[in-house]
Amino acid sequence: MITAEQKPLDEIREMIAPYKRILVLGCGSCVAECAAGGEKETGMLASILRMAAKMEGREVLINEKTLERQCVKDFVILLDDIIQDYDALLSLGCGAGVQAVGDCFPEIPIIPALNTEFLGETKDQGLWLENCLGCGDCKLYHFGGICPLARCSKHLLNGPCGGSVGGKCEINPEIPCAWQLIIDRVEQQGGFERLEGIFPPKDWSKKQGLGPRRIIREDQQR
Amino acid sequence: MSRFKSVLDQGAFAVTAECGPPKGADPDVIMKKAELLKGKVDAVNVTDNQTAVVRMSSLAACVLLKRQGLDPILQAVVRDRNRIALQSDILGASALGIRNILCLSGDHQSFGNQPQALGVFDLDSIQFVQVVQRMRDQGAILGGERLSRAPDVFIGAAANPFGDPFNFRLVRLAKKVAAGADFIQTQCIYNLERFERWMAMARERGLTEKVHILGGVTPLKSAGMAKYMKKKVAGMDVPDGIIRRMDGAPAKTQAEEGLKICVETIQRLREVRGVKGVHIMAIDWEDMVGELVERAGLLPRPN
Repeated sequence: MITAEQKPLDEIREMIAPYKRILVLGCGSCVAECAAGGEKETGMLASILRMAAKMEGREVLINEKTLERQCVKDFVILLDDIIQDYDALLSLGCGAGVQAVGDCFPEIPIIPALNTEFLGETKDQGLWLENCLGCGDCKLYHFGGICPLARCSKHLLNGPCGGSVGGKCEINPEIPCAWQLIIDRVEQQGGFERLEGIFPPKDWSKKQGLGPRRIIREDQQR
Repeated sequence: MSRFKSVLDQGAFAVTAECGPPKGADPDVIMKKAELLKGKVDAVNVTDNQTAVVRMSSLAACVLLKRQGLDPILQAVVRDRNRIALQSDILGASALGIRNILCLSGDHQSFGNQPQALGVFDLDSIQFVQVVQRMRDQGAILGGERLSRAPDVFIGAAANPFGDPFNFRLVRLAKKVAAGADFIQTQCIYNLERFERWMAMARERGLTEKVHILGGVTPLKSAGMAKYMKKKVAGMDVPDGIIRRMDGAPAKTQAEEGLKICVETIQRLREVRGVKGVHIMAIDWEDMVGELVERAGLLPRPN
């Protein structure tokens, strides 16, 4: 899923400062799953902003609403009836959600309340890991199901750099060396020699070759 | 042709040193280092923004060294340049008469003075070696397009026998050799026992027949430096025996003790089968390289 974290409150307050009627808009999908922009977090952020405005003696209308998904137009149009009451939207969606809502209501400024982070795995409660770059050309089969592009700090495709020590990455001892994980996994599956060949340079045209990517599925269109 | 290559081809025990370009545009710094190293070593590695700190470009400093009559080894890291820029720089270096290239990954940008920089890492160091080898031997760039003239370069790569996992260290070396590396310079050797085990494995795989391996050494200036390297530099193996020896020397003579350890290491490396030379990385201590080479009995250098 898409992971995100809430921006520092000061940054959010600076961006909303010019506006008097603000709709704080949550999203019930990925960002709810990672406890950044779901109904609960949206309610909390709206309360904090209301309280801050009150303490400053400013008259600001701050309401909240959470859509099931901000990145799908079918859900965004549910705002049609209420949008005219506001002069700004503060979105707790991911970057795709913020832009989808912005496209539906181009006359109203939309402000991101989150920093969108990565395509992540929920490893544990309160722990998300960046495990996929969304490169458009999956090679996980060759690396024991562990992506060296996403998980090695230097995106190395041919084994660990000289800084791999005791299974840890040299740039951050908190994170495992992706190549130690790959070697252990592939050894466990009995295919060590698979890692002995030279893996060719990555084909980045699958990610950036035609500019921003689109997926077109005619069978899904109506 | 590379003087360094001809020394190795003659079967002489090669000596290389390192020259870090200045944090500024002053060519005199390079000229002074060139004076110190001239006649003492066969070739000089010029580091490429090492530890991700911005310095004068490696290629520019190589040209300055060459003008002073030295044989430079251009270090090139994949951290800052994509495959277009890397291939272009190889052509430019060859055109400027640079005859040795060392292909490296490079220290991660988070270690340096530009931690907000984008790390490129479009190729890895092994792929980079292969690209340069094909440019030279097949006269073609990545994708097969022909060059009007192939670069004339002696191709090197690095190896760290002290990183983990140990069993994969030989796989990395074998891949670099298969990719086309002509020479290898290793990480600083303090743990000779582990280095010798690594060399034995390299010999078993027949790799020492295919590539010239130069053992890396760094003279220790103080006990503090030894401890720092052991604790803070990932992939650096400084055994407790070395730390004790440095600690045991009075502060005034610790630098001398460090030089003695380095001379002993070089002498022992000369006895290891398959080791074709030594690479001296005297960090901020270039003025000591000449003495070190002399004390190790490696002067005069062959013509």
